[in-house]
Amino acid sequence: MLDKLTNAMDFHTKALVLRSERQRVIAGNIANADTPGFAARDSNFADALREASGSSGGTYSTASLAGTASAGANGVSHPRHIPLGSGSGGSASGGADGEQGYVVQTQPRLDGNSVDLDRERAAFADNAVRYEATLRFINGQGKTMLAAITGQ
Amino acid sequence: MSMFSVFGISGSAVSAQSQRLNVVASNLANADAVAGPDGQPYKARQVVFQTTPMGADGGAGVRVDAVTESQTPGRKVHEPANPMADADGYVTHSNVNAVEEMFNMISASRAYQNNIEVMNTAKNLLLKTLQLGT
Repeated sequence: MLDKLTNAMDFHTKALVLRSERQRVIAGNIANADTPGFAARDSNFADALREASGSSGGTYSTASLAGTASAGANGVSHPRHIPLGSGSGGSASGGADGEQGYVVQTQPRLDGNSVDLDRERAAFADNAVRYEATLRFINGQGKTMLAAITGQ
Repeated sequence: MSMFSVFGISGSAVSAQSQRLNVVASNLANADAVAGPDGQPYKARQVVFQTTPMGADGGAGVRVDAVTESQTPGRKVHEPANPMADADGYVTHSNVNAVEEMFNMISASRAYQNNIEVMNTAKNLLLKTLQLGT
């Protein structure tokens, strides 16, 4: 009985953990913006979330979260295609199976550092907003349950 | 809770950048120095950043690995009247390049601001997490 109450929230808590994880990774990238030879990391959120919530089989479909909804697990439409990370050049390469990949450089630097500060700032702000959104979802679900329990 | 290690990561970056700013300050202060206590002209210093693991879950912090001295030859100025002049009448000044130092200063201060903002965002998110359910 009780797990029926918490199951719906479970999905969002997993997303929240992944968001905070990504926030940490991006903070590390920004901190090392001037470190020679540092390779920027990032993770593919959709893949990570699919892996995190895959076994539990929550009520939400994670397939539609990926940018390529109809594509397979690695963003490829054919099993023999080589996965390219997720679409636009700004995202992490690799990073399949929810693990971290290395950011693809747009403008290589002489000191071997692959941090693009503009992109990291954008990703950080974006991730912060989505973290807050997830918080609100959890809050809202908590309120809904409370209203159901109280009975009007 | 991985968001807490953001403070460690950004804090390490802030401290590294402030050390860089310190080095810039001492370079600029000594830009026109002729000779130090050891009789040698001042040599421009540079910090060397290095990535350091931060926390148990593999965060990437930064630390100052070393402070190196630039080995480029100092500026030689012809001033025969100066007591520090050599036999040919040349005075060796420090090898500080003011333009490079100004660039370093701006870059360090921007990076500092950047990391402070990261910490502010993380703090706001954590505060909102604490208010969950109220």
